[in-house]
Amino acid sequence: MAKTKKFLYVNRKAPYGTIYALESLEVVLIGAAFEQDVALAFVDDGVFQLAKGQNTDGIGVKNFSPTFRALGDYDVQKLFVERESLEERGLSEADLIEVVYEDEDDDWAEKSAIHVVGRAEIADIMADADVVLSF
Amino acid sequence: MKIGVLISEGPYTHQAADSAYKFVSAALAAGHEVPRVFFYHDGVNVATRLSLPPQDERHIQQNWTALAKEHEVDLVVCVAAAQRRGLLDEGEANRNGKDANNIAEGFRISGLGQLIEMGIQTDRLVTFGD
Repeated sequence: MAKTKKFLYVNRKAPYGTIYALESLEVVLIGAAFEQDVALAFVDDGVFQLAKGQNTDGIGVKNFSPTFRALGDYDVQKLFVERESLEERGLSEADLIEVVYEDEDDDWAEKSAIHVVGRAEIADIMADADVVLSF
Repeated sequence: MKIGVLISEGPYTHQAADSAYKFVSAALAAGHEVPRVFFYHDGVNVATRLSLPPQDERHIQQNWTALAKEHEVDLVVCVAAAQRRGLLDEGEANRNGKDANNIAEGFRISGLGQLIEMGIQTDRLVTFGD
């Protein structure tokens, strides 16, 4: 295989109301099998995808937020959440679900895959990516 | 340059499939390679051969079919997105007990792995959507 590329999945939309968030996660799960450098960014209403305590009973749509927790098992270690987007929506890191992975370089210590970063850093992460898939 | 294209919005409702068609045509004319176009979300609806736009409008599916034939572009439709939206080839229809299929010539249904592979193998991945 050619050299590893940096894939960045940018999640911009709320988890329900449109299908973008769900079908984005489906790409991430398939993409995880390709042994590329994978990162996710959550910006704008996309930060709601990681909100704790989602309950979709009233809208007849599957609650897929538990699937994010499986990302750690797929060795996805970088979920970047934009701080400004959280703050603009009255959210903080405490409102987000936990996504952890086991760090093989640190005696398999369990670490959080969620990294809250500023807007400027999100821009740098985008600029640094080889392939940006935006949903 | 080798360019991969992702179309993620539906035909006629959205400009994405038209803009992508213009872009791919121009890229090929300029000597670039476009080995594959991947259709996702409502973009899969481009691939139905049952579309009947008024005669004085462009026919988006037929445009793509002709372009693929002339330049050997691989038009890939995501299977999961296609099944949700009722877009089937003969094999999928048979396997799932459906009485018809509707995929147009030049398109094929395959998995999301084809999108990731396109990202790995091309120099640029260009998305047309919202």
